[in-house]
Amino acid sequence: MGRYLGKRLLQMIPVLLILTFIIFSLVYVAGDPVALMLPPEAGEAAKASLRQALGLDKPFYVQFLIYITNLLRGDFGRSYEYNQDALSLVLERLPYSVELAVTALFVSIVLGVCLGIASAHFKDTPFDLLVSGFSALGQALPSFWIAIMLILIFAVKWKILPVSGSGTWKNLVLPAATLTILTSAKIVPLIRSNMIDVMHQDYIRTAKSKGLKSSTIIFKHAFKNTLVPVVTIIAMQIPTLIGGALITETIFAWPGLGMLIYRGVANLDMTVVQAGVITVALITILANLISDITYCLIDPNIKY
Amino acid sequence: MKETKRFFKLLFRSSTGTAGFIIVLFICLSAVFAKWLAPFDPAAMDLMNMTKPPFWMDGGDLHNLLGTDNLGRDIFSRMLYGAQISLVVGILATLASGVIGMALGVVSGYFGGVVDHLIMRIADAVYAIPGILLALVTLMVIRSSGITTLVIVIAAISWVPYARLLRAEVLQLKNKEFVKASRTIGASDGYIILEHILPNVWPSFIVVSTMSMAGSIITEASLSFLGVGIQPPLVSWGGMLSDGRVLLATHWWVATFPGIMITAAILGITFLGNWLRDVLDPHNKGL
Repeated sequence: MGRYLGKRLLQMIPVLLILTFIIFSLVYVAGDPVALMLPPEAGEAAKASLRQALGLDKPFYVQFLIYITNLLRGDFGRSYEYNQDALSLVLERLPYSVELAVTALFVSIVLGVCLGIASAHFKDTPFDLLVSGFSALGQALPSFWIAIMLILIFAVKWKILPVSGSGTWKNLVLPAATLTILTSAKIVPLIRSNMIDVMHQDYIRTAKSKGLKSSTIIFKHAFKNTLVPVVTIIAMQIPTLIGGALITETIFAWPGLGMLIYRGVANLDMTVVQAGVITVALITILANLISDITYCLIDPNIKY
Repeated sequence: MKETKRFFKLLFRSSTGTAGFIIVLFICLSAVFAKWLAPFDPAAMDLMNMTKPPFWMDGGDLHNLLGTDNLGRDIFSRMLYGAQISLVVGILATLASGVIGMALGVVSGYFGGVVDHLIMRIADAVYAIPGILLALVTLMVIRSSGITTLVIVIAAISWVPYARLLRAEVLQLKNKEFVKASRTIGASDGYIILEHILPNVWPSFIVVSTMSMAGSIITEASLSFLGVGIQPPLVSWGGMLSDGRVLLATHWWVATFPGIMITAAILGITFLGNWLRDVLDPHNKGL
């Protein structure tokens, strides 16, 4: 386990390096930010001196090395639009993303597990067909359309929830519901098929022949054994929920990381984009690592 | 002929497979025959006929079946033409990402070593950034949004699943007796890859492709919705939805219909993909 963990952590280094290189190259291609940072009447001399001060006159690889060294010191650069440290800006917005993601994930897991177990238990009944139909539909719906339809129904037609913004729990409902529909639709079929597999195992038959109550069998014997795929799918959803919530956050004007990055891109505020994307990627990598470690903890058969 | 008959016999045995096939066929036909099926030019504005509701509502008529948008453009016609963009971008992006992913995956699995490590770490890095985010940043930075650019960008963010899958398959195949035998009698790497490895990975490749195609269509729609994808006068379902978003409070139909088309397309492709997965799975002998 210790050796495996060490190997995984070592593997993260090249991945992070490549990732930073991709983002840095994209921003490099975006061009010179100096014109945006100075007032329009600034002369060439002022631009040149700012360029020199920012190190933008140096060759690409030197700039990249400087950028990496600064990152290691926790310096992600300054946002010219907010005139603030990019990292602190990201950390300011991160709680909003986490709040949205955790709410959506929690509801999705509860909903997904309940519906998954129920539809496995009532396999091939109309209830099962209905649940399977909804989860197929939920996976096919584009996030922005769900968001728009929810706004249409709950904010425009019934006027019971706000269209956008943040601050109260009411603002959280629609964006969280959008993400919940997408996420639970992915969890339900997985739990269902795993439960069906597990229910055919010998130890379940033994438990049944011992005369145990079916609720005890389902929750104590069967469900525990479907936990590994649940952990996988949760880990897979975390990056989507944090960074991929970009569209949902933009539609509902939810001030999370996705929205910050989107605005950053639109305003060519590239330091913020870099800091945001690197943070999202780091969260993804850590989520994958944690899920792999969790496997070892919950399934004694998996050994690294 | 016999093969076609067998295909349909297998298809009609699965109700979701049949449903998926019909939806996909329907969308393909609307894309191919949009020119003849569409009653109006999709870009033609008619300022006397703005935001007309669909035919079953007050003020609507059969002239504009599903109503018109804020510039008086016929929504039904635009939906048919939107199928063209979705399918063209979806198919090309799937092909491009398939070729990239397959090449990298096969090279990675077959040769191993440093090359394998490098390719897989690049795959990890690309995979760690949510696709839509990477595509958005790239498109904004290169300030270009033609179909070709869009296809390249979508391919660049979606090759990873192919590469991982093909690498895993190649790693398994590489040590099989028939590959070893071929190598012993002096076959070159290129010959082994083309003649022995690739034919064996086709089934999984096709299954991943259908899933990837659904993903590409959603990505295109999302990017067009965000305003960095397909630009007017070309019609995209995502772009139509974005137009309809501002009219939501008063004219719900503008945003609703293109969303139904996207959902139907994805649902159809997914059903067809699931059916293909079952049929092509060698463990599933019954089919």
